[in-house]
Amino acid sequence: MSSSATRFDVNTADDGRKILAVAGDWTIWTVGALDAELRKLVMGPGARLDASSLEKLDTSGAYVIDRALRGDGAPETLEVVGKHPTVERLVNEVRHASPPLAAEPIHHPGAIAMLDRAGHGAVDAWRELMGTLSFIGEVMATMARLVVRPSKIRWTSVVAVMEEAGLDALPIVCFLSFFIGLVIAFIGANLLAMFNASIFTVELVGIGMLREFGVVLTAILLAGRTDSAFTAQIGAMKMRQEIDAMRVMGLDPIEALVAPRLIALIVMTPFLAFAASIAGVAGGLMAAWLAMDISPAMFIARFQDVVPPQNFWTGIVKAPIFAIVIALVGCRQGLLVEGDVLSLGRRTTSSVVQSIFLVIALDAIFAIIYYLMDV
Amino acid sequence: MGFDAASKVNETPDAPADRAVAIRVRGLTNRFGSKTVHEDLDLDVFAGEVIGVVGPSGTGKSVLLQSIVGLIKPAHADIEVFGQRITELTRAERLKIERRWGVMFQDGALFSTLSVRENVMAPMREHLNLPRALMRELADMKINLAGLDTDSANKKPSALSGGMRKRAALARALALDPDLLFLDEPTAGLDPISAARFDELILSLSKALQLTVFLVTHDLDTLVATCDRIAVLNHGKVLAVGPLDEVRANPDPWIQEYFSGPRGRAATG
Repeated sequence: MSSSATRFDVNTADDGRKILAVAGDWTIWTVGALDAELRKLVMGPGARLDASSLEKLDTSGAYVIDRALRGDGAPETLEVVGKHPTVERLVNEVRHASPPLAAEPIHHPGAIAMLDRAGHGAVDAWRELMGTLSFIGEVMATMARLVVRPSKIRWTSVVAVMEEAGLDALPIVCFLSFFIGLVIAFIGANLLAMFNASIFTVELVGIGMLREFGVVLTAILLAGRTDSAFTAQIGAMKMRQEIDAMRVMGLDPIEALVAPRLIALIVMTPFLAFAASIAGVAGGLMAAWLAMDISPAMFIARFQDVVPPQNFWTGIVKAPIFAIVIALVGCRQGLLVEGDVLSLGRRTTSSVVQSIFLVIALDAIFAIIYYLMDV
Repeated sequence: MGFDAASKVNETPDAPADRAVAIRVRGLTNRFGSKTVHEDLDLDVFAGEVIGVVGPSGTGKSVLLQSIVGLIKPAHADIEVFGQRITELTRAERLKIERRWGVMFQDGALFSTLSVRENVMAPMREHLNLPRALMRELADMKINLAGLDTDSANKKPSALSGGMRKRAALARALALDPDLLFLDEPTAGLDPISAARFDELILSLSKALQLTVFLVTHDLDTLVATCDRIAVLNHGKVLAVGPLDEVRANPDPWIQEYFSGPRGRAATG
C-alpha cells in the first residue's frame, strides 16, 4: 500500500549463480500483480536473494520470494545479499510452513456419483424411518411412565409451552381463519347465486370450517410457527451440549423437553382449532351479510338448522392427532441437530416441511375414513 | 526460537513516551444494565509490542477487546487505533483499519459452512484481487504456519478439535498479514505442549512481522513467554501495567495472589 514500486530483477553473478533482486514493498497487497511472472522464473540451484532495496515484507511476500528461489527443487539454505531486518527470519519461517497441503477434494461427476447419491438416499430414508419409529416408541414409553407417575411431569414447562405455542398463536390463527371463511363465502356466493341458492353459503362455510379448515389451518400454522421454534430451541441446546449435560445428570431429555411440549400441544390445539372454526364461521357470516344480504340472525338460525354438530366433532377430533404429529416431528428434528449451524437450518426446514406434509396426509386419511364410515 | 522471560523484560524499556502508540484507550466506560464493567479505563498499547491483558473472570477483558474493535458501543470512550478515533470513522476509513487488524475469537468463530482453507481465503477474497492459485497457496501456507497438519485444510470446522479450531482461527486472523492482532484466550483449552507451541508461534510471528499483539489470557505461561507488557484489569480499571517484574511487584492483593499462587510461582519461577 505504499508508493514505492514493487518489482524484481534476475541477475547472474560472476560464478554463474543467479541473484533475485527484489525492491519495494512485498506484501499481500502487492504480490498478486507479480505472481504470474514469478511463476515463470527459473532460478536454478544456488540462487541468492538480494534484499538491499526491499522495503516492507510480510509472510505472503516472503512466500512468493521463497517459492521463486527454490523452484521445484528441495529447499536449500537461504543466502541473502544486502541488509533487511526481517527477510531471513520471515523466509525461513515461511519455508518451514510450506509443505503442500492436501489437495481440494475432487468431485466425480456422472453416473457413478448419481448411483452413489441414490444409494445414500435410500439408506438414509430407511434409517430415518427406523429412527422415527424408535423415537415414537421412546416417547410413548416415557408418556406411559408419566401417566403412572404424574408428579414427574414438568408442569412449569407445560404451562410455559401452552402460553407460547397456544395462547400466543390465538390471534394469528383466528385472523387467518376469519379471512379464509370470508373467501369461501364469497366464492360460494357467486357460484351458488347461479342456481339461485345463495343461502347454501351457510352450509358451505359451516361444514367447511368446522370439518376441515378450522383444524387444518390451525395445524399448518402450528407446524410453521411452533415446530420451527421447537426444533430451534432443542437444536440449540443440542449444539451447546445441554442435552448431553442432561443425560449425564440422569435427566431424561424426552421427559424434560419432549413430554412438556407434547402435553401442551395436545391440550391447546383443540382450543385453537375451536377458536379458528368460530372465527372462520364469523368470516363467512360477514361475507354473507355484506354481499348477499343474509342478516347475521338469519345466518345463525340457518346454521343451527342445517349444520349438524357432528361436523364439529369430526373436525375437532383430528386436533390432538395433529398436535402429536407436530410436537413429535419438531422435537425429533431438534434432537437430530449436530454440532454445526448448517444442520440447525436443515433440521428446522425439514421439521416444518415434514409436519405440514404429515398433517395434510393425515387429513386425507381422515377424509377417507369418514367417507367410508358415512359421517 | 530461544527466549527467556528475564532477557525479554530487559529488552523492553519501561513504557517510554516516545514509542508509537497503536491503540490508545481513554476514559472507557462500559455498562450493562446496572452493572458497570469499565469505569474510566485508560490503556496504551505500543506499536510492535505484545501486551497481555489479565484479570479475574468477569472484569471485562473480552469486553475491552470488543470495544476496541468496535463490536460493542461503550457508554463513553475515546479509542484511537493507529492514530484514528475508532468511534468517528467513515465506512471507508473503518474498512482501511479493519484490513490492518486480525481478530481471533475465543471459540474460533470460524464460518461453519466453509472449509478451513476457505475460511482463511474468505478475507483475502473480500479485500484482495489475487490470482486464485496464489490465494490457495497463501492460505495453505498460513494454515501450516498456524501449526495445523496437512489434511485439516479441507475439513469443516465442526470436524476439528477445539485446539485445531484455535489454530484455524489464528490462520484466518493472519490471512491479511495484519499489523495488529487481537487474540482472545488463544491458549485456553489447549494441552500444555500445544499451548507452548502456540506461544512460540505468536512470539516468533510478532517479532518477524513487527506485529502488535493484544492478548487476552488467563494463562500465566503465555504471559511469561510472550508478553512484553502486562495490563491487569480489575474493578473496571487498569490496576497496573508494565513489564512482568514491575507488575509482579505491585502490592495489590489480587495481583499478589495471581502471581504468587502455586500456578503463578510455577510459571514465573
